Amino acid sequence: MNDMTKPLLSVRGLTLDIPMSNGTLHAVRALDFDLHRGETLCIVGESGSGKSLTSLAVIGLLEKNIRRNATQMNFDGTDLLTASKKQMRALRGNRIAMIFQEPMTSLNPAYTIGDQLIEALRLHKNVSREKARNRAIELLEKVGITAAASRLGQYPHQLSGGLRQRVVIAMALMCEPELIIADEPTTALDVTIQAQILSLLVDLTREMDVAMILITHDLGVVARVADKVGVMYAGELVESGPAADVFGKPLHPYTRGLLRCIPQPGKTERGAALGTIPGIVPSLIGDVKGCAFRTRCPHAVEACRDAIPERGEPPHKFLCVHPDGARAAEGEPA
Amino acid sequence: MLPFILKRLGLAVLVALTVSFISFSLLFLSGDPAAALAGETASGEDIEAVRRLYGFDRPMLVQYGEWLWQAVQGNFGESYYFKLPVQSLIADRLSVTMTLGVCGITFALLTAVPLGVAAAIRPNSIIDRVALFLSVAGQAMPSFWFGLILIVLFAIQLGWLPPSGASSWRHYIMPTIVLGYYAMPAIMRLTRAGMLEVLNSDYIRTARAKGAGEMRVMFKHALRNAIIPVVSLAAVQMGFMLGGSIVVESVFALHGAGYLAWESIARNDLPTVQALILIFSMFYIVFNFLADVLNAWLDPRMRSS
Amino acid sequence: MPVLKTIDPLLEEISGPTPSQILRKRVTGHSGLLFGVGVVLLLVIVAILAPVLAPHDPYAQSLANRMVKPVFMGGTWEHPLGTDHLGRDYLSRLIYGARVSLLIGAVAALISGVIGTAMGVAAGYFGGKVDTVVTFLINVRLAMPVVLVALAVVAILGGSLQVVIGVLGLLLWDRFAVVMRASTLQVRRREYVAAAQAIGASTPRVILSEIMPNIANNLIVIVTLEMAHAILLEAALSFLGLGVQPPTPSWGLMVSEGKNMMLFEPWLVLIPGFVLFVLVLAINLMGDGLRDVTAPENRG
Repeated sequence: MNDMTKPLLSVRGLTLDIPMSNGTLHAVRALDFDLHRGETLCIVGESGSGKSLTSLAVIGLLEKNIRRNATQMNFDGTDLLTASKKQMRALRGNRIAMIFQEPMTSLNPAYTIGDQLIEALRLHKNVSREKARNRAIELLEKVGITAAASRLGQYPHQLSGGLRQRVVIAMALMCEPELIIADEPTTALDVTIQAQILSLLVDLTREMDVAMILITHDLGVVARVADKVGVMYAGELVESGPAADVFGKPLHPYTRGLLRCIPQPGKTERGAALGTIPGIVPSLIGDVKGCAFRTRCPHAVEACRDAIPERGEPPHKFLCVHPDGARAAEGEPA
Repeated sequence: MLPFILKRLGLAVLVALTVSFISFSLLFLSGDPAAALAGETASGEDIEAVRRLYGFDRPMLVQYGEWLWQAVQGNFGESYYFKLPVQSLIADRLSVTMTLGVCGITFALLTAVPLGVAAAIRPNSIIDRVALFLSVAGQAMPSFWFGLILIVLFAIQLGWLPPSGASSWRHYIMPTIVLGYYAMPAIMRLTRAGMLEVLNSDYIRTARAKGAGEMRVMFKHALRNAIIPVVSLAAVQMGFMLGGSIVVESVFALHGAGYLAWESIARNDLPTVQALILIFSMFYIVFNFLADVLNAWLDPRMRSS
Repeated sequence: MPVLKTIDPLLEEISGPTPSQILRKRVTGHSGLLFGVGVVLLLVIVAILAPVLAPHDPYAQSLANRMVKPVFMGGTWEHPLGTDHLGRDYLSRLIYGARVSLLIGAVAALISGVIGTAMGVAAGYFGGKVDTVVTFLINVRLAMPVVLVALAVVAILGGSLQVVIGVLGLLLWDRFAVVMRASTLQVRRREYVAAAQAIGASTPRVILSEIMPNIANNLIVIVTLEMAHAILLEAALSFLGLGVQPPTPSWGLMVSEGKNMMLFEPWLVLIPGFVLFVLVLAINLMGDGLRDVTAPENRG
């Protein structure tokens, strides 16, 4: 069970296709990643790059019209591809918990937060209401909510966005999951509260030794919390690897472009303009071939239209025709 | 929540007063009520006698005040035709109409809500199309004609049900279906639309992510929210339905308040008509008020504010 | 330097259809709307051409030819849909009945449309006290049992076509007021209304040239739905004997007259009721379809 070398979650060749009126949208293409116990994997990318779909694919909550294919999707010995609905239900909320983006709407307005926390536990564990209630109070205190016992009788609309997201986090932790998938958990919150919630989430996952997939478009966040990073662009993982490697030596031109968009302590000069990546994310409808970033890449060549080889030394991998990811062309050290 | 209830109650009373004034004024639409009452062969002196007897010689507002004062005490005067106190006449008939109304709304809810939920779970499926067809047909169906078709089919051709009257529960089956079908389309559409909206909401995704089964997601998490507006619509529809019972009761010769209204109108029995208009309005007002209160009570966001 | 010069398939914009193409596609793809418009147009033509199309005088009685069966029940083509209890040709009465229904529906919807729209737009545009009063009036109107009040008034004033139209017109404005009020509230907050007010346009001008065009879609939908409502109500009133009076060929009245013979000749009831059902269905489908086509997001 506690085989540290074996990944908790292992995904190979994950592909998500959405049939549209004017062709098939290839939303996610041939995604590979591994996650070990207690690790935090950050997936970064622009809106529409397929980050959220990837997370929904893992817990089996994709819309019915989305076709999921993969060569392997394994969670601690359970094959997620062949798991029955019942098996998936037993995993969801229990061993794999999910935190969504919108705290304002992700709690049911008709029930008290106590009801919703208790339900999360009692759906999976055979415990009394009283015990579940105590666990709920304990966790509300843990996520920093004062007067936790009295909060149980409140309805979601009576809480602020930050408090609600704390409740959502507490709810995710009710069953002591082994994996938490957090899809932009702080995007909808005020900037000042974002930092609090994020550090709370990171501290708790470390303390409780929970693995986490954190989906975000905020590279600053990633730099602070990630063990591993995956950079997604237009449905592909264009670069992935240990956080230190990816930030220390970004190989894909897109990753470098992203990093130039945020100020970096010690590197970015005061008053210097931050970078931008011109262009728009291409349509993924129809037959998508070659590198999707080529339309915005300063180093694009004819060969970018063909199949792109996977390069790099595992675990730090990237997808590019240029063997060095055109680092030399940008004057970066090899 | 109490200030909200008091506010709605105040509004309801004001609406009721206005409606009572309108229903009273109807008396004066006919020109000279005394002449109408005295009959075509009456002489001028007879008409004057009737005018004084019924107090029609006083100013209209005075008469309205008098009528309202009596009405509030439950006294609606004497029926011109039956020569009986209007209130006892109506009280006798009201239980039939209330029974019909309760059966009708129950039938409507029991068909419309499951159909709406099923249609929302699988949009564009066969069941969704059937539900859509039933609701579109229901909105276009003249209820008197639908009633007659049922009579032809189930009473005359098949002989399963009695065609008219109110002496047993079997007499209520066809009227219930006709009256219920009148309310069904709106309830079905609102249930379907509400469920569709709720099923797309984030908290439903949260419930699924918690590991809740589909049944639990649909009924505990989705329907509980989608049903709130449906409940208040049902209460409003109930008010409308009692007013609409006049057609159904006359088709099935069900001697309720609606039937009485039809008879009284045909016989120019104004005190009875005035009283019935007021009472049916009161039903609507009361049910509308109940709908508001129910809505506020079912929706925690309104309950606490 | 970008080396990629030739047109890249990834960059090719998918040329979308123009708005009018989208509208045309929605209309032609909406079978309910097509059916509704088709049936309504057909019945309007039938009503207009009634004197040409009707095989007989709808009022001509022939006591020798009473209750002749329709052709599909063994009758002859002389009276394709048979004759009623006074020997009047049923098809001719149905054809003239379309005039009654459509006239009542159209004029009543027009009257209530003018009243309700004026109230709703005023309430939505001016807000405040005007809104309070209009909302109150809507509540009062909704509290009055329509069938009962209409029956009582028609009974007092007499069941002529004009009275029925007038009563329905004065009673059915509630939905117009509710929807127009909500639509106006929505439109009033838009920038172009503020812009028109800012350049000093007068209130009537803002309402007529900025507000009305933008709520016209909803108005047309309600007009159709209320027209159907008025037609149904007229039929119900006439059925109860307190609407249009005999010998006018009203479909509701025909059902009522056929009711007594229902035991032996059910077609006397089935035919006029069915035509009424189809007309109301068609108008409703037209209204629903118009709403779907012009504002598909409002579909419910």
